[in-house]
Amino acid sequence: MKRSAGDLIFDVINYSLMIILAVVTLYPFLHVLAVSLNDSIDTIRGGITIFPREFTLANYKEILSSPNIAWATFISIARTVIGTITGIIATSMVAYVISRQDFFARRFVSGLFVVTMYISGGMIPSYMLMRSLHLINTFWVYIFPGLISAFNVIVLRSYIDGLPIDLQESAKLDGANDFIIYARIIMPLCTPVIATLCLFIAVGHWNSWFDTYLYNPFNEKLTTLQFELQKMLTNAQAQMTSSQDIYGFAHSEQAKRISPDSLRMAMTIVATLPILVVYPFVQKYFMQGLILGAVKS
Amino acid sequence: MKSTGVDTSMPMNRNLKRKNIWSTISQQKYLIMMCLPFVIWVIVFAYVPLWGWTMAFQDYRPGLPFSQQEWVGFKYFIELFQDNYFYLVLRNTLAMSLLGLAFGFTLPIVLALLLNEIKNDLFKRTVQTVSYLPHFVSWVVVASLVTEMLSGSGTVNNILLALGIIDKPIQFMAQPQYFWWIVTGADVWKEIGWNSIIFLAAISSINPELYEAATVDGAGRFTKMLHITLPGIMPTVMVILVMTIGNLVNIGFEKQMLLRNPLVKEYADVIDLYILDFGIGGARYALGTAAGMFKSVVSVILLFIANTFSKRFADIRVV
Repeated sequence: MKRSAGDLIFDVINYSLMIILAVVTLYPFLHVLAVSLNDSIDTIRGGITIFPREFTLANYKEILSSPNIAWATFISIARTVIGTITGIIATSMVAYVISRQDFFARRFVSGLFVVTMYISGGMIPSYMLMRSLHLINTFWVYIFPGLISAFNVIVLRSYIDGLPIDLQESAKLDGANDFIIYARIIMPLCTPVIATLCLFIAVGHWNSWFDTYLYNPFNEKLTTLQFELQKMLTNAQAQMTSSQDIYGFAHSEQAKRISPDSLRMAMTIVATLPILVVYPFVQKYFMQGLILGAVKS
Repeated sequence: MKSTGVDTSMPMNRNLKRKNIWSTISQQKYLIMMCLPFVIWVIVFAYVPLWGWTMAFQDYRPGLPFSQQEWVGFKYFIELFQDNYFYLVLRNTLAMSLLGLAFGFTLPIVLALLLNEIKNDLFKRTVQTVSYLPHFVSWVVVASLVTEMLSGSGTVNNILLALGIIDKPIQFMAQPQYFWWIVTGADVWKEIGWNSIIFLAAISSINPELYEAATVDGAGRFTKMLHITLPGIMPTVMVILVMTIGNLVNIGFEKQMLLRNPLVKEYADVIDLYILDFGIGGARYALGTAAGMFKSVVSVILLFIANTFSKRFADIRVV
C-alpha cells in the first residue's frame, strides 16, 4: 500500500517528537552523570554536556568516604528492606481476609481501609500522633505510618478474587486452616502481583525524604540518602539566592566553589542509582501492576 | 398482647444467635488474627488523626490532656481567613493545579495518541520505557536535576544563548514569574509517560474492526485518530478528568518545597507549605489544623461536584 505525502509528513513529525521526548527525558540524567564524573573545579567553567571533560572519581570518593553518607545509605537500605517486607505481609494479610466472602466482618474491614483513600487527618494531627506515640526520633516512624496503602490492598484483593475458589475449598477439606491456605496456597499463586507491589513499596521507601525532614531532621543516626541530598540542594539554593541578593550575579560563580556542583551531582547519582540499575529489568512488572490497578479503578 | 410462645422463644433466639457468633468467631479465628493487628493499625494511624481536627477549635497546647484544652470555637478559622498570606498560598495552589490540569492532564493523552500511531514496535517500546523512567525517581532527585538544568550556566541557558534568543543568562530559579511554569514543566517531564499508560491501555481495547471499516470507507489516519481513537478513549479521559478535578487542591507540596527559595517564596508556597511553615515550624498548631481542615473540606466538595458531574455525563453517554 502506497503512503500518501500527508502520511509521510505525519510520520516524520511524529517520530521526531518521540525522539525529542526521549532525548529530553534522558539528557538530564546523562548530563548529571557527566558532571559527577568531572573535576569539581573544572565544572565551574561550565559547558559540560554529556561527557566529562576532566574525568575523575574524586567526587564519588569524597561522598562515599563521608561516614555520614555511608550511614545514610545503610538507613535507606534498611528502611527499604524492612518497610517492604512488613508492608507486603500486612497488605497481603488484609487483602486475603477481605477477599473471603464468608468472613463475618468483611464489609467493615474493607470499608475501614477504603475510606482512608479519600480522607486523611492531615499533616499536623499526624505529627501530633507520632509525638504522642513516641515515634519521633526513632527508626520506626519510617515503617509504621505508611505500613499499608489501601490502594495496594485493593489491587491484591481483586487479583485474589480472580483465582479459582475450589483450591481453597479442597485445601479446607484436607484440614488446612485459613492461615495455611493464605501462606501455602494463595500467596504462591499471587507471586507476580506480589512482586509488583513489592517493587512499588520499595521504590516509595527508597525515594521518601519528607518523613526524615519532619520527624528526624536532627538525628544523624536516622538520616537517609534522599534527605542528605535534599539538604545539599537547599544549601545550593540558599547560596544561589544569597549571592543573588547581596552581590548580584557576578559573584554566584564564586558561591558555587563553596559547595561544588559536581559533589551534589554525584550525590544525585548515588541516590538514583539503585532505581536506574533495577529499572530496565523490572519495568515489565511495573507495567503489569499498573494495568491491574487501572482495570480495577 | 404477647403470647407465651413469643416470650419463651426470645431468649432461645438470642441464645442461638450468641452461639452462632461464638461459633463463627471460633471458626474464623485465623482470619480474625490475621486482620486484627491491621484493623488496630488503621484506626490508630488513619482515624485517630481525624480526631485531631478538634485542635482547630482549641487553643491547643501540646502536653495538656484533652479535657484541659481551652475551646475557642472558630477563632482560628477567622484568623485564617483574615490572613493575607493565606490568600496568597490559596492563589498559588489554584494556579499550579490549574496549570497542571491544562498541561499535566492533556499532554499524556496527546502522547498516547501519538505513540499509538507509531508502527515500529521496537521504537515504540523504547520511547515508552524511557518516558516512564522519571516516574520512579524521587522528587528530590528531579528537583536537583531541574536546578542544574536551569542554573545560570545550565543547559537551558546555554541553548538559549547559542540560539541567540537571549544575550545574557536568565536566573530562572530566582525569578518569581517563572516558578509556576517550572513546577508544571517538571511535573509534566516526570509524569507524562507514566500517565499516558492508562490512555494507551484504553486505546488498545478499541475494537479493531472500527478502523478496518473506516479504512474501507477511505478514512485517512488523522480522520481515524479524531473520529475513532479519541471517542474510543473518551470514557477513560472523563474518569481521569473527574479524579483530577477532585484532587485540584491536593497537588502535593514536595515539588514546591524542593524548588522554592526565599526569592520566589510568594509564588511557591502552597497550602501544605503554609501548614508546615506556620503550623509546625511556628508551633501554631490550631491555625495549621484549621488550614488543613479547610483543604480537606474543599477537596471533598470538589470530589462530590466532580462525581455528580461524571454520573450525569456517564448517563448521557450511555443513552
